[in-house]
Amino acid sequence: MTDDIRAVVLRNLAEVAPDMDPGTLDPAVAFRDQFEFDSVDFLNFAIAVEKELGVKIPELDFPKLASLDGCVEYLEKLKG
Amino acid sequence: MSWAPIRKTGSPATPPPLMPDWRGARSGFSWDEARGDLAGLLGGGLNIGFETVDRHVAEGKGESVALRWLRKDGSPPQDTTYATLKQETDRFVGLLVSLGIQRGERVFSLLGRTPQLHVSLLGSVKAGAVFCPLFTAFGPEPVETRLSLGEARVLITTRILYDRKVAPIRDGLPALEHVLLVDGGPSPPPGTRDLTAALEAVEHRPTIAATSPDDPALLHFTSGTTGRPKGALHTHEAVVAHRTTGRLVLDLRPGDVFWCTADPGWVTGISYGVIAPLACGATVVIDEAEFDAERWCRILQEQEVAVWYTAPTAIRMLMRVDEGAFSAWDFSKLRHLASVGEPLNPEAVVWSARIFGHPFHDTWWQTETGAIMIANYRAHDVHPGAMGRPVPGITATVLVHEDDGIREADPDEEGELALRTPWPSLFRAYIGEPERYAEKFVEDWYLTGDLARRDGDGLFWFLGRADDVIKSAGHLISPFEVESVLLEHPLVAEAGVIGKPDETVGETVKAFVTLHPGHEADDTLKRQIIGHARKRLGAAIAPREIDFSKTLPKTRSGKIMRRLLKARELGLEEGDTSTLEDDT
Repeated sequence: MTDDIRAVVLRNLAEVAPDMDPGTLDPAVAFRDQFEFDSVDFLNFAIAVEKELGVKIPELDFPKLASLDGCVEYLEKLKG
Repeated sequence: MSWAPIRKTGSPATPPPLMPDWRGARSGFSWDEARGDLAGLLGGGLNIGFETVDRHVAEGKGESVALRWLRKDGSPPQDTTYATLKQETDRFVGLLVSLGIQRGERVFSLLGRTPQLHVSLLGSVKAGAVFCPLFTAFGPEPVETRLSLGEARVLITTRILYDRKVAPIRDGLPALEHVLLVDGGPSPPPGTRDLTAALEAVEHRPTIAATSPDDPALLHFTSGTTGRPKGALHTHEAVVAHRTTGRLVLDLRPGDVFWCTADPGWVTGISYGVIAPLACGATVVIDEAEFDAERWCRILQEQEVAVWYTAPTAIRMLMRVDEGAFSAWDFSKLRHLASVGEPLNPEAVVWSARIFGHPFHDTWWQTETGAIMIANYRAHDVHPGAMGRPVPGITATVLVHEDDGIREADPDEEGELALRTPWPSLFRAYIGEPERYAEKFVEDWYLTGDLARRDGDGLFWFLGRADDVIKSAGHLISPFEVESVLLEHPLVAEAGVIGKPDETVGETVKAFVTLHPGHEADDTLKRQIIGHARKRLGAAIAPREIDFSKTLPKTRSGKIMRRLLKARELGLEEGDTSTLEDDT
């Protein structure tokens, strides 16, 4: 399941920010410290992930999704 | 639907508003008197740096906190007193003198929310230089255009921003002599110096350039529909309007904790993130981090913010939070909430009154006006969705353009919002473009380019832009600047860019493109073009959506009709298409 979630995150990230290079992405570092990624990008990304995984991510949890590792850990728990 | 006004009845507000009665304040107001409230320089001069820093030290308030910096990492707040800010800005003056920077020459910043921005700005204007902030979300293309048009001599930025956005374009900027990095460290990249080391190597210069009120101090770039970005030039006298509106609109008084969330790359982050609150002797909260709902609530509570100035996009992002979550926070120190950047929707006004105990008060102004021109006031009822009424000292109207000139609109008639000139913070030039400057004025009116109506009670209501400029998250974006970068993509033949309505950010940038013959329009190419635009323009300006089209609607002279693209996008009547090319 980790791989599935990781793939969903990466695909939606590439949709919102196609300038991101998955090859050099550091999974432990916040997206916005690695490539152009503003709050609007973040919101669009979160909404797309919500839709694809059929989950609801409360706004207050958004900071937990700041990096790839953070996304995978949080979404795995959410999907149970 | 129409919204009931939010009444300011009940127990009297404490402390009472600095402007208890708008009508009375307006009738008794004069800009000359407001000028008299400033300290001024000996011999009739005026300097923004003196009014915001040195004055308070001279008046014995040096130990008050001027800046409170909240780091991203959550480390304890870092306070800078007015006395320390004076020393730091004096040293910055010494640095500019040692670099040979002359009066009127331009110092640029490409910095996020950090006190070094405040020191650079105030030090620059004290030295008589002109300060110009750039937005850190700009890509290399807009950064290069603005540094070049503004003839930047000095740039203050960070190592990562330099590497990403300046180093690739540095060769094209021969006038840019000095690049100083706030985190340059012991081995800064070639062609740059560490700012701290450079400051330590020079003397304090506790002198202030003998600037006159009409000497240039600030340069802010803004976007038009066509052509290059416009550099709006403001003078030291702007501080008269900053201080006046800080007091009368934002209700700021000495010692107030004030938080303006605007990015310092735009005019609000300078006029109200730096100058107005410091001119009023307030404590300015600077939060290094980007928007984060929980962090924002914590800042409001822990820093005991009294006055909060933010933007509709941020407010609407907060509105996504489950309402119950807000009851965990104590907002009792909040006294006044104001908003700027785009019209604040009535739902947001009503929501804020429920959550924070006070409604957001919408304010309206532009880069060119330099300070707040129309507002809702703390002492008066708020009509959700309205822009408000002109601030004391400002006359606003709605003009209807007719074949033989202009006339003032009737009540509720739509027209162009205009302001009677002059006032202290009115811009004095678009640098290098006297014709574009002249086009902004008719008779003694400044034309705002915004469409509005004034109702029978004298309240102004925003209706839209008169031109094709896109307003996204409160920032003006030129469709021309975006189209130009799209056309640099080898497969793109034509591009038309519009603002697509969006419930959170107002408008998002959407592009329609045609491809050179023989190329397949698919999702991979779409992502590739968006990626290209984001790398060149930055995330805030690049299109978030692209549609491929076989042809784009054009006038007979070959100009792409953005108005028609927008009408089609919205499914509206296409209006007058008589100039449309026949072959579509």
